Amino acid sequence: MIRCVRAFVFAGCLLAPLFAASPSLAEKSGGILRVIHRDSPPSMSIHEEATISTSMPMMGVFNNLVMFDPKQKQNRLDNIVPDLAESWAWDKGQTKLSFKLRQGVKWHDGKPFTANDVKCTFDLLTGKAKDSLRKNPRASWYTNLESVSVSGDHEAVFNLKHAQPSFLALVASGYTPIYPCHVSPRDMRLKPVGTGPFKFVEFKANEYIKVAKNPDYWNKGKPLLDGIEYTIITSRSTAVLALVAGKADMSFPFDWRIPIIKDVRGQAPNVMCEIVPSNVTNNLIVNRESPPFDNAEIRKALALTLDRKAFIDILDEGQADIGGAMLPPPEGVWGMPKEMLEQLPGYGRDIKKNRDEARAIMQKLGYGPDKKLQVKVATRNIPVYRDPAVILIDQLKEIYVDAEMDVVETANWHAKVTRKDYQVGLNLTGNGIDDPDQNFYENYKCGSERNYTGYCNPELDKLFDKQSAELDPEKRLKMVWDIDKKLQEDGARPIINHNRGGTCWQPHVKGVVIQVNSIYNNWRMEDAWLDK
Amino acid sequence: MGSYLVRRFLLMLLTLFGISVIIFTLLRVVPANIVDILFDSAGMVNPADKAKIEAELGLDKPLPVQYTTWIGGLLTGDLGYSYVSEKPTVEEIAPRIPISAKLAILALIFSVLFGLPLGVISAVRQNTTLDYVLRVVSLSGLSLPSFWLALLILMFFVHYFGTIPIYTGAPETWWDELVLYSIPAAAVGFRSSALIMRLTRSSMLEVLRQDYIRTARSKGASENSINYHHALKNAVLPVVTLIGIEAAFLIGGLIVTETVFNIPGVARFLVEAIRWRDYPIVQNLVMLIAVIVVVVNFIVDMLYAVLDPRIKYAD
Repeated sequence: MIRCVRAFVFAGCLLAPLFAASPSLAEKSGGILRVIHRDSPPSMSIHEEATISTSMPMMGVFNNLVMFDPKQKQNRLDNIVPDLAESWAWDKGQTKLSFKLRQGVKWHDGKPFTANDVKCTFDLLTGKAKDSLRKNPRASWYTNLESVSVSGDHEAVFNLKHAQPSFLALVASGYTPIYPCHVSPRDMRLKPVGTGPFKFVEFKANEYIKVAKNPDYWNKGKPLLDGIEYTIITSRSTAVLALVAGKADMSFPFDWRIPIIKDVRGQAPNVMCEIVPSNVTNNLIVNRESPPFDNAEIRKALALTLDRKAFIDILDEGQADIGGAMLPPPEGVWGMPKEMLEQLPGYGRDIKKNRDEARAIMQKLGYGPDKKLQVKVATRNIPVYRDPAVILIDQLKEIYVDAEMDVVETANWHAKVTRKDYQVGLNLTGNGIDDPDQNFYENYKCGSERNYTGYCNPELDKLFDKQSAELDPEKRLKMVWDIDKKLQEDGARPIINHNRGGTCWQPHVKGVVIQVNSIYNNWRMEDAWLDK
Repeated sequence: MGSYLVRRFLLMLLTLFGISVIIFTLLRVVPANIVDILFDSAGMVNPADKAKIEAELGLDKPLPVQYTTWIGGLLTGDLGYSYVSEKPTVEEIAPRIPISAKLAILALIFSVLFGLPLGVISAVRQNTTLDYVLRVVSLSGLSLPSFWLALLILMFFVHYFGTIPIYTGAPETWWDELVLYSIPAAAVGFRSSALIMRLTRSSMLEVLRQDYIRTARSKGASENSINYHHALKNAVLPVVTLIGIEAAFLIGGLIVTETVFNIPGVARFLVEAIRWRDYPIVQNLVMLIAVIVVVVNFIVDMLYAVLDPRIKYAD
């Protein structure tokens, strides 16, 4: 296995240059980048939302302490670069993380940025601040953060409860901008103030989001654009035609699936499109508290009937990935290698054999062609959920399960699955960053708000903590594989496939590097420019 | 006439009260509220935070209290704040009304300008090739869904002219505005024009068979005079009723057209507000639409008396 780890790390090193952005041409300044936005976001506050609809247009308004190298396509712990922090250092036990902050940085309203702003931001996220966020979707990211202390105006120290190397990756995520102390959470929802390359101008619901160049940006010479206009076009057909007609420079990232990308390429061959993993999975959720699904055997049978390739062929014309909880390589950093994956129950290529096994389980439990199990498959009432649910229902028929789709109004979906008011469901899960800490704690830890299946394995919880604290990357990778293997064997939340999404842009758009393992990062846009 | 107007006014108030109760109740019957949706976008639900926001928005109060608070605000000009944008409702609704109003008026003008004369021509040239062509056109106007027609128009423009007539920013001159809105107005008005054309045709055919038309002909009146002075004036009454009804129904057509042409009007905004369960926006906007519909119907009733002197509204 260790040899396998080494081979994987080596392969990663070889692949790294492939993921690097293409060399830059002579950059030009000026111009407004016109981006299509898919919908009207709930607010402008990145910390209060869990959607790329907010984080993508607002990331350029802010800075993080550190960020994933915007010139690299893959987010990894070893390609984190400075942002508002000029440097950082761990203490010996890796429980104290000190950031030396950039001096002379100003908020867009002219006030100076200090270490207190860093403390305020993380106090807000951990519920220690006087003000509170209306909602805090990533509270689970910072459960290991004991406190943030400041030393003068330009040093902030993060005190962790235990070592957590990935803490730096969480801080580098596009979801972790630094907020100012002097602006209330409500004002940040309406008119955010940041330190980033673009100043927020206006958000008009259903119409546009506009940001303009920050002339006082600390990174001199950046941004290259005069501004970005995100035009909200909710009709996908109109959005496609707008790009084809040249009314927009760029589509909304990751929003278009394979058939649409083909349509765009057919209509406008000069438009450039990239299809990469979105780190969003289609998965099967089974309510373990609802009989007969409290029986592990029946859950195993459900997992065994899945023909993952059929899902991918039908929905994505073969362009999606099979994996476990973590995004598979080469784009994913932590996913199990293919040969390990194929050993897992239900992942083998012999679907007939898997289904024979599943049918045998069902027959042992008293089900058969004459006595089918009646089930409702709950899913959200939007096409990306409904389409795979239809295929799932068809595949469940193979093992004497007579399933009926229970289409849930989208507004009720998370409330319904959180209170476990379902039997079987087809769900989509997006991961903020490609890191086991984010994924395991959010989706699989006992009692987590997003652990919709109620899966709880105290032994595995301990392993989550153990891998999180592991300082040796190779050892940690192996631990993550073992955990992921166990999750799939337990049928914790059977992963059907990892989706891919497409982004298109006009040839004159330069300097935009699409990330291959997270849709939420690298939208700072300070390096983007227009070659016209 | 005076007491008739008072009766109509009281009826209008009663109608608006009924609508206010219906819209308030329907919104509460629909599952989930704004807080559920806010948490849905975050992918989780925290019961304590949810209860806190519901209390902040007054959603924890009994329904009669919520209703009286809304109506009380409405009567004093306080329309409250949008739950989503947290901006005053008036600020959100007011800039969008002129956009949809212009689009609706243009669509109505388009439908009358095309529907009425073509209906007359179709009736006058009954059973000729021109009549058959116009009948096919009117039938397709009724059969084609407006979203499909709108998309076809967009595809046509992209393919043949390399441009797309959608809204990407406020037009600078009135000419730009006219050009921008005329295509979606045609898309949304096509159905109404077909309806007007068919009703005008059948109404004209009925009138043209009347004795007084034969009398006019025997007295040597010209065909133009017969068609436009004698026939059309009498045939137009049901068409006016239809135009009144269509004006009210235009809002439905605008929802689709505004979405496809990406026009930030009030119809698309209303749909989004319903999706977000943004009660202050939906309630006040529906009330505004109700007032417009009630007033338009009132105007149509008054027009009857102008068009047909036999109609009198007794005291």
